[in-house]
Amino acid sequence: MRKTLLLSAVTGVLLLTACGEKPQDQAGVRSDKPAQAGTGVAAFTQPGWTTNDKASWSNQLKARANYGMNDHQRAPK
Amino acid sequence: MARMKFICDAERCIECNGCVTACKNEHEVPWGVNRRRVVTLNDGVPGEKSISVACMHCSDAPCMAVCPVNCFYKTEEGVVLHDKDVCIGCGYCSYACPFGAPQFPSAGTFGVRGKMDKCTFCAGGPEEHGSQAEFEKYGRNRLAEGKLPACAEMCSTKALLAGDGDVVSEIFRQRVVQRGKGAEVWGWGTAYGSAAKQGA
Repeated sequence: MRKTLLLSAVTGVLLLTACGEKPQDQAGVRSDKPAQAGTGVAAFTQPGWTTNDKASWSNQLKARANYGMNDHQRAPK
Repeated sequence: MARMKFICDAERCIECNGCVTACKNEHEVPWGVNRRRVVTLNDGVPGEKSISVACMHCSDAPCMAVCPVNCFYKTEEGVVLHDKDVCIGCGYCSYACPFGAPQFPSAGTFGVRGKMDKCTFCAGGPEEHGSQAEFEKYGRNRLAEGKLPACAEMCSTKALLAGDGDVVSEIFRQRVVQRGKGAEVWGWGTAYGSAAKQGA
């Protein structure tokens, strides 16, 4: 009897937790960090620039824009 | 660095909606919310023109001006972002925006307007960079990863340009100078001929 009660209580808690909604009204972690601070996730970060170095980050984006979007520059002359 | 800007080359856009798909995929945008869309003028008529439209990250953003709870802010690079924890979903920004950028997910059984969602220039939001909370509310933060917006990087014809305003305008200027002017130089006329070329 006790086991059944315990099991049903655990099941109930699990079900209610699963149906819950993540709170969206909490302040969360505020970040005023600039973009060049990076994400800290090495797997997704493009190599070739230094975090917290605005000039390096800015040059990385400029080079990427020219390489990826400027087909006149990439095309053989 | 100058301000971050988008520009869409109407002579190159082929209305493939690749930018729309890239955006939805990158940020896992919910059904019914389109941070970016392709608008076509004179659809089906020879000479039709398409452009890809999203938040233009205005210098003097009207959405910022009308927001009653002041949830908008601007980054150092001029990207207009907003705080979803402050937004009350009133929709004023939607009426003020000339590009129709603010989107409102239908939340709840009766289609209650949810918190506003819009293009972030792939710069995330006020949460910790690269955090799960940032991704769930605003999507990926590609700028902090040293990348440019996914829509522009995925554009097959490179019609959509995004990045530092100086770089983007220089790329566009170089194109215009090389291709000359008029639709007969690039686009419909190149593919199917035009009255001017037939006569020439």
